[in-house]
Amino acid sequence: MPNGTTITESGTELQPARPGEERGTATGWLQDLVFTVDHKKLGMLYVGTGLFFFVLAGIMALLIRAQLAFPNGHVTSPQEFNSLITMHGTVMIFWVAMPIVFGMINYLVPLMIGARDMAFPRLNAFSFWLTFFSGFFLFLSFVAGPGLYGASGAPDAGWFAIAPLTSSAFSKGPSIDYWSLSVLISGIGSVTGGINIMVTIICFRTRGMTLHRMPLFVWLSLVTMFLVVVFLPPLSAAQIMLTLERFLGATFFDAQAGGSAILWQHFFWIFGHPEVYILVLPAFAVISEVVPVFSRKPIFGYPMMVAATVLIGFISAGVWAHHMFTVGLNSFGVTFFAMATLAISVPTGIKMFNWLATMYGGKIRLELPMIFAIAFLFQFLIAGLTGIMLGVAPFDWQLNDSYFVIAHFHYVIVGGILYGIFGFLYYWYPKAFGRMLDKKLGLWHFWLFTIGFHLTFDPQHFAGVLGMPRRIYTYHPGRGWELWNLISTIGAFFQAAGTICLVVNLLWSARKGKIAGDDPWDAWTLEWATTSPPPDYNFETLPEVRSRRPLWDLKHPEDPDWKFE
Amino acid sequence: MEIRIIKFEFTSQIPTNVRNQSRSVSSQSLTSTESEWKLPSPRVVGMILVILTETALFTIFVVAYLYYIGKSISGPYPHEVLELPILGTVMLLSSSVTIVIAEQNLHKGVNSLFNLWWVITALLGIGFLIYTGVEWHKLIYEDHLTISTNLFGSTFYSLVGLHASHVVVGLILILMILILNLTGCVKHYHHEHVIMISWYWHFVDAVWIVVFTVVYVIGAKS
Repeated sequence: MPNGTTITESGTELQPARPGEERGTATGWLQDLVFTVDHKKLGMLYVGTGLFFFVLAGIMALLIRAQLAFPNGHVTSPQEFNSLITMHGTVMIFWVAMPIVFGMINYLVPLMIGARDMAFPRLNAFSFWLTFFSGFFLFLSFVAGPGLYGASGAPDAGWFAIAPLTSSAFSKGPSIDYWSLSVLISGIGSVTGGINIMVTIICFRTRGMTLHRMPLFVWLSLVTMFLVVVFLPPLSAAQIMLTLERFLGATFFDAQAGGSAILWQHFFWIFGHPEVYILVLPAFAVISEVVPVFSRKPIFGYPMMVAATVLIGFISAGVWAHHMFTVGLNSFGVTFFAMATLAISVPTGIKMFNWLATMYGGKIRLELPMIFAIAFLFQFLIAGLTGIMLGVAPFDWQLNDSYFVIAHFHYVIVGGILYGIFGFLYYWYPKAFGRMLDKKLGLWHFWLFTIGFHLTFDPQHFAGVLGMPRRIYTYHPGRGWELWNLISTIGAFFQAAGTICLVVNLLWSARKGKIAGDDPWDAWTLEWATTSPPPDYNFETLPEVRSRRPLWDLKHPEDPDWKFE
Repeated sequence: MEIRIIKFEFTSQIPTNVRNQSRSVSSQSLTSTESEWKLPSPRVVGMILVILTETALFTIFVVAYLYYIGKSISGPYPHEVLELPILGTVMLLSSSVTIVIAEQNLHKGVNSLFNLWWVITALLGIGFLIYTGVEWHKLIYEDHLTISTNLFGSTFYSLVGLHASHVVVGLILILMILILNLTGCVKHYHHEHVIMISWYWHFVDAVWIVVFTVVYVIGAKS
């Protein structure tokens, strides 16, 4: 058996480098991080990477707000301001939201479906390290060379790198190449990760966990990863074209050679709009787990929740051009995309009502995850409503590229997605570290951040309606924007204070927090059936899954769910 | 791609005892109404998803090609320089047949015939690449069409080149299997791995049918 021998040999060769051998020492700890293919460690690495870049991109946001606090501000130069807004957007989407989304799915999905690990553990590590290094690659641009006006090294053409600003005629230095190549690399990491997660969900569910018994978190992860697999390649394709254009002189987006700059926008938003759902569906997934557990009721309307998720996945493929109403579509295009945009709010509305119906009549426990979930419901409602407003084309013609749009999508991403992520951290941190996050510090985080969030983004709606365009470096006094901008900046620093509370809490509680136990929230999904933190092999034994709440069945043998399903 | 293959090699060594350990424990301890618990093979699902994501990638390049048909503002134009790549197409499409014959011999356990047809498949793929190389050489040096000449050049070389790069990846996989088989490393439990590679090869062929239709039929007259 020559094959078997080689395998064993390579196994023994690897022995000295195996993680955990030198546990406790610094090198052992580092080896553990670098060589690991364990989905739990990779999940935590993903989330940690995301939080690291969250702090960096948050500092950029503070600089932007400081610049805009007063009229005629000069905190940064105009060129630096362009770089800051581009980097803030790009990093927040691709290296904060995406890694955290992948991290939480990575950590939780195998535990929730009772699997030993991901389907392809090494591919999983590969995906993570691509994401990790592509982020640092992007930050190298700060020291790499001149950008739009030869002043700054970082990409400065806006986070959606609008053509023809990105052509080599206008962006002479390598900054745009840093943008397109780093996002391309992270895109490859996301697609391989997405395939891995989908295969895990489809092929590695434990005995009895049929599709209609999967936790909603897993269902939403499945749809999310489908969107990743199908809608990230268009962005990669567009970036390959952009790279060909910048290095080899292709003319895809060059109007002088007959190309179309608008085609870039189409390709970007074919990716860009499903991306919103790639980020928000995992937040929905967290809320769908937190709300039932803290209302002490099973989720209301499980089949409708699944159907609405799948429907969102499908409709999200046909709404991209609502980002382009002002570009000039024909009337059919405008009507189609406006209607599709309004249609997608229907399944989203179904979800909102199902969460509310789950809470209705429930025995609500106001623990930290639930507090963030409730804030999510309020804030995401407003985000959805302004989304409907912007989906109506004539309204969008008036307010596109104003601060109203900024306020809208920050309501979605901060008020919605980020609150989902916070809920995730507070809910599953005890599982990952075996210790609770401190409640007092968590409340400080919640109130500082929520007050800061509303101070920052509520006034931006007004500034937008008053005509303040997005991406402007500064503005003259006397247009009625001063007050709103000042409040906005103050709010940003409140958010920073809240974030400091979170970071301190995460670090402090890992060593000093209250011991959590295996199942601190009295929850119902499988990840709480193992120890906290779970062992490398995840489960010693698994209950056979006979309903959507396997742990409920285990805790209440006299009144199991499967009798009623 | 290479990484995926190596992974299959390793995971296939351990599946029944380690990966299903937790499952077997639970199945022993419980009497179940669902005694059958069978899920699809991760390799098959994984390959389907790879094909799905590659399809999305190609779609954008095909859309760009279709969108820019007839939009070039300077020559050379497709109707002046493009010829139907009959020989290349025949070679690539027939390689889909030979790889199926090779697979059948693998199932029957006739190793020599498997190697023979597998080599023929690889040769047909290499022949296709040589044909494309000759075509590109003519386009570049005789017709002076490069990727930066006009929109036709940009979209043509990016779409056909993307396909050709997938043929190269497919060939690397096929040659890898050949070497592994010649050294006796392909066991009976590796048949599914081999079949997945042939799926990928069929996908590359199917994409060529689309590229052929779009580039050499629809776009040829502009």
